[in-house]
Amino acid sequence: MAEPVQTPAGARSLLDHALGWRWALPLFVFLLALPLITPLIGGDFYLGLAARILIFALAATSLNLILGFGGLVSFGHAAFVGVGAYTAGVLLQEGVHSAWILWPAAMVVTALFAAVIGAICLRTRGVYFIMITLAFAQMLYYLAISTKAYGGDDGLSLAARGTLGGGLELANERTFYWTTLALVTLALLLVWRLLNARFGHALQAMRENETRMEAVGFAVYGHRLMAFVIAGALAGLAGALLASLGGFVSPSMMQWSQSGLLMVMVILGGVGHLWGGVIGAVVFLLLEEVLSHYTIYWQFVLGAALLAVVLVAPNGLMSLFRRRGTP
Amino acid sequence: MNAVLLQVDGLMKRYGGLVATDGVSFTVRAGEIHALIGPNGAGKTTLIQQLSGALAPDAGAITFDGADITPLSMHERVHRGLARSYQITSIFTRLSVLDNVALALQARSGGSLRFWRAARAEVQRYEQAAAVLARVGLGARLAQNAGALSHGEQRQLEVGIALATGARLLLLDEPMAGMGPDESERMVSLLQGLRGELTLLLVEHDMDAVFRLADTISVLVAGRIIASRSPAAIRADAEVRRAYLGDEFEEPV
Repeated sequence: MAEPVQTPAGARSLLDHALGWRWALPLFVFLLALPLITPLIGGDFYLGLAARILIFALAATSLNLILGFGGLVSFGHAAFVGVGAYTAGVLLQEGVHSAWILWPAAMVVTALFAAVIGAICLRTRGVYFIMITLAFAQMLYYLAISTKAYGGDDGLSLAARGTLGGGLELANERTFYWTTLALVTLALLLVWRLLNARFGHALQAMRENETRMEAVGFAVYGHRLMAFVIAGALAGLAGALLASLGGFVSPSMMQWSQSGLLMVMVILGGVGHLWGGVIGAVVFLLLEEVLSHYTIYWQFVLGAALLAVVLVAPNGLMSLFRRRGTP
Repeated sequence: MNAVLLQVDGLMKRYGGLVATDGVSFTVRAGEIHALIGPNGAGKTTLIQQLSGALAPDAGAITFDGADITPLSMHERVHRGLARSYQITSIFTRLSVLDNVALALQARSGGSLRFWRAARAEVQRYEQAAAVLARVGLGARLAQNAGALSHGEQRQLEVGIALATGARLLLLDEPMAGMGPDESERMVSLLQGLRGELTLLLVEHDMDAVFRLADTISVLVAGRIIASRSPAAIRADAEVRRAYLGDEFEEPV
């Protein structure tokens, strides 16, 4: 009998990403119960904020998939959020109200955009990759501005949020919130599973040593393109939800500063940490919310807070909870 | 004599006015250890790059196991059974030694488009990886980060990763580079142990190791193969001596 092979287990290996049931489950239960609590403290406003945070958590996590785990610094991720939002917005404008069409359509259209953009961008490396993803995002931004039929510069106000069928209207704040929670949770579970599956192991190893991966027989380009498309589709879903939440779609959703915002969330939470995007979105949006109550110079305070985080935890807030063998 | 496994015909590679590979032709037979030697700047690395698929030749053809592989990419060549190791160690320094090899095995079996099932559940693959590592002498270092290994051990891992691809022909680019005498000795016996099981094309500067291991030696000088023969014949070849081996081989060591 040969000795059992000890696989490098748990949180110590760079390839393994524990979900952390112990605190993820209570958090989920809390979020599930949130609509029952909010009427006591201020009503729909907080529910809307919570939905917004969840949606940004999804968008940031999708960026983390390619930026943190794939090692591909994409500076145009907001474009995919925008494409998803416009797809949902245009369909709503044209009278398509079923969410079962809106969301899959947003994901498919965004995936197609990501496939074309990724196929070109992934031929470059490093700073060129950053620049070309930014360039594509700006192209889509100007395309949205010049599309007068759908609001152009002014954006597109949506009369409806869509419907789930069975009498469930997304216009109902609670229904919308719970639906968002369900979708974001599902997406996070998917990301968790795929990171720990063969796909994720290969993706992360390509970040570690691309040449060697090619030399042991991996089709690096195709694999990365697949990750880019998955991340794009998830960002597209986030965009569609964001459009419904705000009842508004505008070119500014695709502006480079929005891509920067998503990057800040990922860096804040933890590049290459499963929960990095979520924590980043929660901390950033809550800080923004709280600080803007107290001062009109909240951006200054927010900047200082971000600086402090970067100095104290250069690998993001999640790194405070998780120690690794090597930096 | 064994069948031809790798055939290189008239391979050319130019960089501007510099001809790095000037019509290289030679054959590697199945099961042999074939050494490629030559002075610095002879074009050994450029040749290895072209054989592995990292560089496209300007002209010429590479035939592997009867099929023309010249247009294939690196990862396609690996799946045909031709893999390489690197002169400058290229491993996953932040991953465990076991993961380094397990990844190579992943490429070989079943593909990587699996999105749900935990990779860690593939116990068999990790056992297989451990077996490969035992073979290259790293059986006791599985859980270590590859970056924490000594230089010699990293060179062993480099060979282990190439071995795990399941290739029939390994291109080993200076496996003894930077090694001390003890480490070299271990590498020589490791490579000896592979004899008969797979075919090796070995680029190496350590002449002692080359003459102990090789069944055939090809000498590359200024981008051309000037001789491709048995070690004894190479040692006796006046042209090779003049071009490369120099005086140190005049008298027996």
